[in-house]
Amino acid sequence: MKVLVAVKRVVDYNVKVRAKADGSDVDLNNVKMAINPFCEIAVEEAVRLKEAGTATEVVAVSVGDKTCQEQIRTALALGADRGIQVETEGAVEPLVVAKLLKGVIEKEEPQLVILGKQSIDGDNNQTGQMLGALTNMAQGTFASEVAIDGDKVNVTREVDGGLQTVSLNLPAIVTTDLRLNEPRYASLPNIMKAKKKPLDVLAPADLGVEPKAHLTTLKVEPPAERQAGIMVESVEQLVDKLKNEAKVIS
Amino acid sequence: MSTLVLAEHDNATLKPATLNAVAAAQALGADIDILVAGEGCGAVAEAAAKVAGVGKVLCADNAAYGHQLAENVSLLVAELGANYDNVVAAATTSGKNIMPRVAALLDVGQISDIISVESADTFKRPIYAGNVIATVQSMDAKKVITVRTTAFDAVAAEGGSASVEAVDAVHDAGISAFVGEEMAVSNRPELTSASIVISGGRGMQNGENFAMLESVADKLGAAVGASRAAVDAGFVPNDMQVGQTGKIVAPDLYIAVGISGAIQHLAGMKDSKVIVAINKDEDAPIFQVADYGLVADLFNAVPELDASL
Repeated sequence: MKVLVAVKRVVDYNVKVRAKADGSDVDLNNVKMAINPFCEIAVEEAVRLKEAGTATEVVAVSVGDKTCQEQIRTALALGADRGIQVETEGAVEPLVVAKLLKGVIEKEEPQLVILGKQSIDGDNNQTGQMLGALTNMAQGTFASEVAIDGDKVNVTREVDGGLQTVSLNLPAIVTTDLRLNEPRYASLPNIMKAKKKPLDVLAPADLGVEPKAHLTTLKVEPPAERQAGIMVESVEQLVDKLKNEAKVIS
Repeated sequence: MSTLVLAEHDNATLKPATLNAVAAAQALGADIDILVAGEGCGAVAEAAAKVAGVGKVLCADNAAYGHQLAENVSLLVAELGANYDNVVAAATTSGKNIMPRVAALLDVGQISDIISVESADTFKRPIYAGNVIATVQSMDAKKVITVRTTAFDAVAAEGGSASVEAVDAVHDAGISAFVGEEMAVSNRPELTSASIVISGGRGMQNGENFAMLESVADKLGAAVGASRAAVDAGFVPNDMQVGQTGKIVAPDLYIAVGISGAIQHLAGMKDSKVIVAINKDEDAPIFQVADYGLVADLFNAVPELDASL
């Protein structure tokens, strides 16, 4: 079984991003970039399926400019077999990414597609589900457990009330949540080996897709600042403040 | 202009998140219909008909929709949504699961997790874990929107008198099936709608120690939450996680206990009206957003708090 994993290049999760002073965009100058944490979990899950003998090949795909090859190499260092970059310029919206991934799926015909549930930049949480609709595949979103069962996959999902398990016909789409696995660190020899693994570059036109914008960002700004609080000395003082100043408990 | 709101429910009761989604729909300034898709969901449709400001309730009652499988429900919503200008749902795990599928079927973008409606096509939404607020304009004729429930005050659950119309369309994609679920059972209020929330982090050290927070919660009528660190460590289940990728809460009072305050956690609670932080590390970032900070060992402070209530 072939597994396709989508990875995205995003700002490192430790960076506190700020809006530019003119409000035109976020300031990403000299900011550390990394593989989106949920995508890293997706790669790990695919590699584990291969190690378990369930998957035969793991293909990592990313949509973006040339710099995203770095994140594809990260996926290759973690154990993916080969990479595909779909070369685009500027920001690409989830629906366009989904259309491009659909094109890759038609070429590669994977049995399972694993994506992160959301990227920590746009926080959209859309691409996997959109890909499901475009390919008419079933989706197991926000997965905390994935178990292949013949021509089906059972996915346990993290939902608001607890956990839900669904059975999906293969080929299917899985989007990862935090508890699916704990990704490994790439070893130095594997990082070196990853440099020699094949990485193909495709243009959107190769996949019959013309990127289109559905949304314009008019402005970005910092959120409303909270007023500075105070430190209290004791639990007694805290309770007094909550009762008599903030009036949130009685 | 017309808006279709997808109801959030469990076939028995209409979930309060629906009322926040209707509030966002009202801000769009269009006529509002509610779609209840489920199985044996007649009582939900009746409840939806009483929601203030609703014109009509569409009730699609079929086994295919019983467990809100996205593959089936999205086909229904896309078919019905073709007749509306806007399709709206709460940004719950169910809304997040279904709506992007609807958007793709309609070949439009989705505007996720909006926190305000600036005009019929312009919205504000948080990005980068809420460190930045983006104002975005949709260029699509039809808008598919999910709503951050804490940003819109719920409309009244009573007072409306909408008609209920049965929808016969059955969409069973036949590619997915419900297997089972493990739902948390609690007598405490729901995390996302509680007026007081007390959350524990890595500092709690283990799951048993959460009993201290539960005791305080029961005295305050509060819900109990947790940071990602506490969930990842296995102290408590995933449905208690507050943060960027967990639940977003904005109660009147949020008490953070043994939580350092990573930006991903702050993203889920910093719109709370009053924030209290109890942490023994005086440099913990949580104190930067707290209205009242107490530098103390939680194992002394929480029992003391409990005793004083």
